[in-house]
Amino acid sequence: MDYIFTTNAEQETESLGKRLGDLLFPGAVLLLDGDLGAGKTAFARGVARGLGVTSPVQSPTFTILLAHSGRLPFYHFDLYRIESEEELLDIGIEECLDDEGVTLVEWAEKFQGFFDTPSMSISIARGQEENMREITFFSGEERCRELLDKLCARS
Amino acid sequence: MAAMNKILILGIESSCDETAAAVVADGREMRSNIIASQVEDHKKFGGVVPEIASRKHLEVINDVVEYALSEAGAGFADISAVAVTNGPGLVGALLVGVNMAKTLAYALQKPLVAVNHVMSHVAANYLVHTVQFPAVCLVASGGHTSLLYLLSRSETELLGTTRDDAAGEAFDKVARVLGLGYPGGPAIDKIAMQGNPDAFRFPRAFSGQDHSYEFSFSGLKSAVINVLHNLEQRGEPIPKADIAAGFQAAVVDVLVEKTRLAAKSKGAKTVLLAGGVAANRQLRLQLRETLALDGIGLNYPPPELCTDNAAMVACAGYDLYKRNEYAGLDLNAFTV
Ligand SMILES: Nc1ncnc2c1ncn2[C@@H]1O[C@H](COP(=O)(O)OP(=O)(O)OP(=O)(O)O)[C@@H](O)[C@H]1O
Ligand SMILES: [Mg+2]
Repeated sequence: MDYIFTTNAEQETESLGKRLGDLLFPGAVLLLDGDLGAGKTAFARGVARGLGVTSPVQSPTFTILLAHSGRLPFYHFDLYRIESEEELLDIGIEECLDDEGVTLVEWAEKFQGFFDTPSMSISIARGQEENMREITFFSGEERCRELLDKLCARS
Repeated sequence: MAAMNKILILGIESSCDETAAAVVADGREMRSNIIASQVEDHKKFGGVVPEIASRKHLEVINDVVEYALSEAGAGFADISAVAVTNGPGLVGALLVGVNMAKTLAYALQKPLVAVNHVMSHVAANYLVHTVQFPAVCLVASGGHTSLLYLLSRSETELLGTTRDDAAGEAFDKVARVLGLGYPGGPAIDKIAMQGNPDAFRFPRAFSGQDHSYEFSFSGLKSAVINVLHNLEQRGEPIPKADIAAGFQAAVVDVLVEKTRLAAKSKGAKTVLLAGGVAANRQLRLQLRETLALDGIGLNYPPPELCTDNAAMVACAGYDLYKRNEYAGLDLNAFTV
């Protein structure tokens, strides 16, 4: 089952991310997709805040990975510039996926088969209005669906 | 001969897509500056293109270092210290340079110095200018947008950075949505010359806020995307040059405003530009004109020293070497 939220401002997307971040557990892996400028980094910034990260959360497009420390380590990847699975392995993503921190991956859809058991997939789509976004969560894991139920209850 | 007494620093850089090595004498005389992807004779390095993968850095680093020394007419024994970028950047890539530098420093029994990538961009200016301090430096590239206050070559203070996208990142992404190709900076610079910068008015984030040295470019990115969507939905043609010019004007206005504000409030004698975006012609022009009103000078490096290179690393490393700020052989790389 999909969980769908609608936001009407960047702040709302960030705060949805924060409420999810509040609930996340060690080892969680979030795949985040959506077109250029959809709001992936804005959502990720919220997740970081929910994990207690206080430092600035900038776009990792050029650096590929920006790591932050909070209640749990937060590994923020962006695969926009990654062109092959070889490069993907080379940047050390597996170490982060296996770690006790939370890993969030922007542009994960570029390497669909690679992430076999993510905690959840999140996609952000533009809505009718300029500042409207439809954010869809999907998870194959029982534990995450319970978490998403909570997220819905709090919204 | 005097040349015997010069301090030669070997600089090594592998922080992102480029593998580079250079030899700089006395912190300002560039003896060699080798960037793997830019070596004309590609056979030398097996036809490298800029790549993120650390395996690629590893494949060429030995040859790049050797080539930098031979171009400089120097041997390992002539080197006074080895300088290397250890962050911020991708740890895997950085470690290729860091491990090379450590090995050399250990084998040659020479000091190792660790250079911050952003500070090395600033130092590119010292290779070509005698900078009047105090100064303010704007470092703008694909990965960074930082405003720094410089009391001297070694005393620096970070005034502000971007809250989301870097300026160079905005150039690349807007070039992509306009179908202008990569790298986006030069492509936009070029097409914007034929466009009307007032045809589209894009937002200037944090403009007019007196004490803010923060930047934000993601709102501008989405404003450009929104304009494109609207034109496409109405089936209208896309005036690429006008959009590029309007976008560039928005970026440049903000960079110029914040830099001028910092320069004036800090009493700077000079403003420095650094990083790939420093090659943008409109930015240079507008900044020069604005600063001239306040009698503040403007310096920037030539294009080949704006983008990632190792001469700037050797130059920044020279200052650390002079101050005996050596790194240990346990030096590590860092992401942010
Ligand atoms: N409801 C909304 N939620 C999120 N962002 C919104 C919303 N409405 C407008 N925006 C704007 O959309 C932009 C989202 O930018 P952001 O960098 O977060 O996107 P992104 O998906 O990470 O882009 P990229 O593909 O470049 O990484 C911001 O400028 C933000 O202000
Ligand atoms: Mg993003």
